[in-house]
Amino acid sequence: MAKILRRERLVPNLHVLEVSAPEVARKSLPGQFVMVMPDERGERIPLTIADWDREKGSVTAVFMTVGTTTHKLARLSAGDEIPVFVGPLGKPSDIQNYGTVLLAGGCFGIAAIYPIARALKEAGNKVITLIDVKAGYLLYWEEKLRKVSDRFLVSARDHRFATKDYVPAKIKSLLAEGAKVDRAVAIGCTYLMYSACEATRPAGIKTMVSLNPIMVDGTGMCGACRCAVEGKTRFACVDGPDFDGHAVDWAELFARRKSYLDDEIRSLCYWERTQLAPCA
Amino acid sequence: MAEEKKKELPEDVKARLKAGFDLEWRKELRKSMPAKERARIPRQKMPERPAEVRSSDFGEVNQGLPAAAALLEAKRCLDCPNSPCVAGCPVAIDIPSFIKLIEKGEFEAAARKLKETNSLPAICGRVCPQEVQCEAVCTMKKAAGTPVAIGNLERFAADYEREKGKVVIPALPSSTGKKVAVFGAGPAGLTVAGDLAKAGHQVTVFEALHTAGGVLVYGIPEFRLPKRILEAEVDYLRKLGVELRMNFVVGRTATLDDLKEGGYQAFFIGTGAGLPNFMKIPGENLVGVYSANEYLTRVNLMKAYDFPNYDTPMLLGRKVAVIGGGNVAMDSVRNAKRLGADWAAIIYRRSSEEMPARLEEIHHAEEEGIEFHYLQAPTKFIGDERGRVKAMECLKMELGEPDSSGRRRPVPIKGSEYVKEVDLVVMSIGQSPNPLIGQTTPGLKMGKWGNVDVDWKTMATNLPGVWAGGDIIRGGATVILAMGDARTAAAEMDRFLRG
Repeated sequence: MAKILRRERLVPNLHVLEVSAPEVARKSLPGQFVMVMPDERGERIPLTIADWDREKGSVTAVFMTVGTTTHKLARLSAGDEIPVFVGPLGKPSDIQNYGTVLLAGGCFGIAAIYPIARALKEAGNKVITLIDVKAGYLLYWEEKLRKVSDRFLVSARDHRFATKDYVPAKIKSLLAEGAKVDRAVAIGCTYLMYSACEATRPAGIKTMVSLNPIMVDGTGMCGACRCAVEGKTRFACVDGPDFDGHAVDWAELFARRKSYLDDEIRSLCYWERTQLAPCA
Repeated sequence: MAEEKKKELPEDVKARLKAGFDLEWRKELRKSMPAKERARIPRQKMPERPAEVRSSDFGEVNQGLPAAAALLEAKRCLDCPNSPCVAGCPVAIDIPSFIKLIEKGEFEAAARKLKETNSLPAICGRVCPQEVQCEAVCTMKKAAGTPVAIGNLERFAADYEREKGKVVIPALPSSTGKKVAVFGAGPAGLTVAGDLAKAGHQVTVFEALHTAGGVLVYGIPEFRLPKRILEAEVDYLRKLGVELRMNFVVGRTATLDDLKEGGYQAFFIGTGAGLPNFMKIPGENLVGVYSANEYLTRVNLMKAYDFPNYDTPMLLGRKVAVIGGGNVAMDSVRNAKRLGADWAAIIYRRSSEEMPARLEEIHHAEEEGIEFHYLQAPTKFIGDERGRVKAMECLKMELGEPDSSGRRRPVPIKGSEYVKEVDLVVMSIGQSPNPLIGQTTPGLKMGKWGNVDVDWKTMATNLPGVWAGGDIIRGGATVILAMGDARTAAAEMDRFLRG
């Protein structure tokens, strides 16, 4: 069992989870993930590691409430225990001095790019961070990210930023104004990663994405997480999760991620009906 | 996978068998009934639940021999002096001894005799392919056409002991103070853990999943191996003092070198089969094409058959094709039937002769209405507009010359393609060893299939103090072969630790 140290709502639908897991913390590197199961009847899901504290022995992840598992996680509080919090899994992100690296993050990916940005900054890169939020009130970890970024940009659709930008448009305008970008990293929902890759493709900027297929064991056994990259089947849990976004078969990933859409809705309704106490 | 060691019983085993054979009570038992009379007893049939009932639930198919039938079956064993069955067993169980103890009515003693060489008899009695091992060489098979039902008797003795609450924890020797790390809580790892704990070493088993058992828990279905049996075996190991650490991925949570620094002196790698193989044909990544590993893991480990009481979903099929002919394929196709498929079929590229699955599983599958389509293989899967599989194209085969496995090679018949509507496909064509340990253990010598390379006599890897066994060295094999590797390794590890 792993003990929850903190579970807080950051912004609507996004929560931070800090878990006591000294062994996982000791080994965590940017880009890796953990497999989490909220209770004995739960599903195993991957969460990207967003931060860790080796001295305290804790690991932090940020997740969005979507289905049953994440709704269950969102109801945990400090002191609760969950049966599975295993990792760190997957290959760590490549960290070198590339020159200038553009990091695009949205949703949980805002947190997921944080350790990568920090490591890239430490490796001597100029870090441009581009955060995507629907509206200003959905922005979180801004201070944390600013500290490890040379430039901090937001694409949003509300008045605070006086723009109606999306990630690809922002990337295009950045490149059009002459910014030199040697490498890009995009993490967030599938559409964000896909569209970021399409925006960097014409300029030939290598763009790494952290793929998010459905996983079951997460340790290289079941094959659920297979993705087509460069026309070859790769397993995100042991060959990834980072891949060259320009070589990913996105249509396949979109379809595979929707495999259980009906069941996910049914599961959540069932859980709400049978397990949730009625609202006071 | 690699070259297998040729089975020749070691001298000490031979001596042990001889000593048992010469016991007075054994002599008297042999004299009590002439061989001819023994040969006239028909092989006792394993009671099983009717196919039409069991094929819609997950309860165990075989019900176990009643005591009277077990006594009768035990009488069929001639207790022959050469006992070829023992050499046919990968862990060299003293088969005549335990069977004769059953004949004498000493069921608990029979179970203890089994446990001297096999720490998981209730499991092996259920899942071993006896017909190609001990029972294949049984003298009674030559004499009367049907071998002694050794597997059923093994199961009987082990079940009797457990169900009657007679399981005794053997007196353990004083602790040697040596620490052993076992990677993977599957059949190989659990066997090593049991043997070394009984030898007085302090054993920790590191398991990546949240439940111990490896393939016994995620792979083999409830209807063939009820989970409570496995739980009892794991409980027994805990009582022997074995520490089980779940949710620990060796190579990631800690490496072998980290654990060495942590004071572990000997290591056993039993991390098992890993990534499923695919055919590399179009449409394999369509929604509704599962690997057998994923399909079975969802059902067995995650209990998706009880969705939404359990959160893990799974796709259900009305028309399910399982590609492959091994035990895993049988488990998958019978699962599909139980989950409501109207049509559930095995698609196998060779003929029934070459099919590697256990005979009993094939019979059970046939009884349950599974169709077998031999000499054909899919060439592509066809999806609908949402990316879900809706059909497959197959090609018919004929048998050609024998290949390197000695089996006749399937040769495609030109122009024989046909399209079959399916809504779920399970690929069950084997798997490669788990890649993690190789990726994260510098210096560990790997074989050309991504397997850990060992000396087949000792199961030692190239790294001092590190042994390996089971599917991580073999690719995809059986529970009992994994346990055989484990016993060899455990004996070597014990010698090393006492060294």
